[in-house]
Amino acid sequence: MAIFGLWVINKAGGLVYQRTFADGLAQLTSNEYLILAGTLHGIHAITSRLSPIPGQCSGAQVIEGETFKLNVLLTLTGTKFVLLTSPAEPTAAIDTLLQKIYTAYSEKVMQNPFHTPEMPIRSEAFDMSLTALVH
Amino acid sequence: MATSSKQYLTRGEELWKGRSEKVNAELFALTYGALVVQLIQDYEDYSEVNKQLEKMGHNIGTRLIEDFLAKSNLGRCADFREVGEVVAKVGFKSFLNITPAIAHTTIRPGSTGSAPPQATNSAGSSFSLTFDENPLAEFVELPEDALEGGLWFSNVLCGVIRGALEMVQMQVQVEFVSDVLRGDETTELRVKLIKHLEEEVPVADD
Repeated sequence: MAIFGLWVINKAGGLVYQRTFADGLAQLTSNEYLILAGTLHGIHAITSRLSPIPGQCSGAQVIEGETFKLNVLLTLTGTKFVLLTSPAEPTAAIDTLLQKIYTAYSEKVMQNPFHTPEMPIRSEAFDMSLTALVH
Repeated sequence: MATSSKQYLTRGEELWKGRSEKVNAELFALTYGALVVQLIQDYEDYSEVNKQLEKMGHNIGTRLIEDFLAKSNLGRCADFREVGEVVAKVGFKSFLNITPAIAHTTIRPGSTGSAPPQATNSAGSSFSLTFDENPLAEFVELPEDALEGGLWFSNVLCGVIRGALEMVQMQVQVEFVSDVLRGDETTELRVKLIKHLEEEVPVADD
């Protein structure tokens, strides 16, 4: 049971926030993170068009591997919150956590008048609420 | 439709009650009043003031929508009619603690906002909101030249709605059609859907 890390991807596919909470993930350079986030954005766009059922589809929500699980929360505004966890982590708990992270984002990031939307997030308040939520 | 509109009402009520940080209504009204006065002094032109208020509102709306979506946890609306219901009953309620009466323009139901059941599938392309109370305009009386200049005192609301809906891929036109401050019978705001924006298509694909 572990929550490894969080990414926030803006609607254009850029990584605006990346944070690691626990050991267990490969150490990547910031460039590699950007590439990964961009790739995920592309994959997500494809999956949202793969649905056999016509109409709106929110795309991939979970990508699971042997050692990790990647959970995606896509908001209606197009921002993606990606939570990397261990596969044992229950989905319901992850969904609640992601929703809480979104709330923290809306309060600490979007309501900060000095933050430019779609730009990288540098907010101590957001960092602090994340720490409180995850630990 | 009637049940879901009730749901929205209770949802809005819950959200308003659950909001942890609230600001005193009088302080809010006075601050907004001071802001408008400052704009009038700076621009010396009422139509420009209207424009600036709308612009400010737009910036507020694009940010506020995240707060709204995060807390309300509502899904995507099926049609523009539902958008109107949500804006009036959840949006306005959860942020300002008011519920403007909504009237959909395609078929005009009574000002109660509960639509006749046969209307559900006809997607209305505009709706209007009638405000019984307006927290922004508390204690406000417009002077003669502001009336002549055509000031829409609460124009910030137009911007907020436009900004918020734009973030969820709807381009709308929002304007006040009447205001009690101008001596009209009601304060009415009209929201018209122009088009649905293309859903988040990446600008460049590399």
